Amino acid sequence: MTAPILEGLDLRVLYAGRPVLEVPRIQVRAGEILAIIGPNGAGKSTLLRVLGLLEPPTSGVVRFRGSRVAWGSGDLLATRRHFASVFQEPLLCDTTVEANIALGLRLRRAASEAVTTQVQTWLARLGIAHLARREAGSLSGGEAQRCSLARAFAIQPDVLLLDEPFAALDPPTKDELLTLLHGLLRQEGCTTVFVTHDRDEALRLGDRIAVMMDGRIHQAGAPPEVFGRPISEEVARFVGVETILPGRVVAEQAGLLTVEVDGMKIEALGRATVGERVLVCLRPEDLVIRRRDERVGLESARNHLEGLVEDATSLGAQYRVRIACGPALGGVVALVTKQSFDDLALERGTPVIVTFKASAVHLIPRSHPRPPPSAGEGQGGGDFRDRRQGASHIQR
Amino acid sequence: MELLWNGLLEAARLIATGDPDVLQITWLSVQISGSATLLSLLVGIPVGMALALARFPGRSLCVALVNTGMGLPPVVVGLFVSLFLWRSGPLGFLGFLYTPTAMVVAQFIIAAPIVTGLTSAAMQQLNPRLRLQLLALGASRWQLLWLLMREARLPLLAAVMAGFGGVISEVGASMMVGGNLQGQTRVLTTATVLETSKGNFDLAIALSVILLLLAFSVNYLLTWIQQRGRTP
Repeated sequence: MTAPILEGLDLRVLYAGRPVLEVPRIQVRAGEILAIIGPNGAGKSTLLRVLGLLEPPTSGVVRFRGSRVAWGSGDLLATRRHFASVFQEPLLCDTTVEANIALGLRLRRAASEAVTTQVQTWLARLGIAHLARREAGSLSGGEAQRCSLARAFAIQPDVLLLDEPFAALDPPTKDELLTLLHGLLRQEGCTTVFVTHDRDEALRLGDRIAVMMDGRIHQAGAPPEVFGRPISEEVARFVGVETILPGRVVAEQAGLLTVEVDGMKIEALGRATVGERVLVCLRPEDLVIRRRDERVGLESARNHLEGLVEDATSLGAQYRVRIACGPALGGVVALVTKQSFDDLALERGTPVIVTFKASAVHLIPRSHPRPPPSAGEGQGGGDFRDRRQGASHIQR
Repeated sequence: MELLWNGLLEAARLIATGDPDVLQITWLSVQISGSATLLSLLVGIPVGMALALARFPGRSLCVALVNTGMGLPPVVVGLFVSLFLWRSGPLGFLGFLYTPTAMVVAQFIIAAPIVTGLTSAAMQQLNPRLRLQLLALGASRWQLLWLLMREARLPLLAAVMAGFGGVISEVGASMMVGGNLQGQTRVLTTATVLETSKGNFDLAIALSVILLLLAFSVNYLLTWIQQRGRTP
């Protein structure tokens, strides 16, 4: 494992006595892209400011290349100059595009030929060479963010810190810039910490993902690990698990577990002891729906749940379909392509069978009773009901 | 109407012939008000920036005091500067009363709060996150302040214009602390007052036209600097 280039230890930040950041340990390895995801107000930006040496933590240590950063010393500026940041707002200076891109280098008193070379290079690589002499104030949102990225890359930072750089952009512009940035980061091998609330952005860019909530890092790891095996219900909800059912392990045989959920049996792969209380997590894209009256041949999926379609919401290319599987079970949420949705002729009340593989089931131990829902949990735990009200019901 | 017309003709004649008295009065006005404005910038810009950017107890009180100071009546300033510089006053030993120095001091006291208040306002209207971005790009503390000033250059130049405009046009304080002594402390405004009181309206009009032209030239120069390189 590569040594961390940037590390935070026992970081705590208090605002008016209230903790907004409590991170015992965070490591950024040289050359990696670490994506920090979490809901708004989770403390992601605060963490980024602390790591970028822009805000001293209330307590704790930041290490860059193994040396402890001394806040308030002359070395702080020297260390900070190894970093570059891009924020959600482009925050360009009131001058031309090229002068903006040159700014970081000018602040470092770089030789003017070097500045010119870098500016020309990054104008071209960000596709804004034709805008070089334009006033920054006249740029569109996407152009301004390209300029802001060019300004950061021109410094050739050891660590690039990105704080929701695409959050304010329209979807096509965002998509284009994400692809461009991904390519640039890969070519440059630039160590990057990327903060976002958008899990798709994190999946596209991140080598490693850290999930932050309530000022803490709940889980960190490779994307398949975090997205496929979330460690808690909160993390599961945030990474896109839409069906979470409380159950109890009733049998175990050679790694194949049987979990009883509301009188139904669900088979799962994993490790748990018989009698253990668990949460059964299902990602919507892992579930397959067929009509109950449809005849099928042999199926490899081990799990079959019967239910009635409750509602469906169009997401464009896909439909999110909620199926009521039992009185106490709540609902199961599956994603269906528009094509299948039309073929199956699903409508409210259609009897269906939901099938999924045992390997698609992720179990979270429920050894401790859940804490009472807090205000912040409404976005995670309570969204089933909210979404049902907001969903556009089947019109057919 | 004829009075006004004669006054304008006289103004044109005085300017065209380069009347030595008028030139001397104009030059003294420029020197005194220019010096006072420069001094007020030296004090007002740093203090205004500190008020805008720093957080300290009593900051709101300071801002309120500065804002009040922006409307200081020149006669009140003249009165207190006179009292201080009076021969038996606390600073009487300096012998400044009825000298151009006293006028610079009085005008500085008038201009400084204007420059401070407008600088503070100019800095506060910048995006607060810009500071963070500039630091993140590697700006040192001094570089940061310089860049912020550059970002606020339009309202800062407006502060300079307001400061200069405030002192070049004031008459009460100059009269009280300068004494309107011919060839020594007579400036365009005090001369205008004197000539009007003597009934020399044509000369008074000429002096006020020159005052307006002077104010216009200085503001035109500053506006040109302010708007340079800006696309419409």
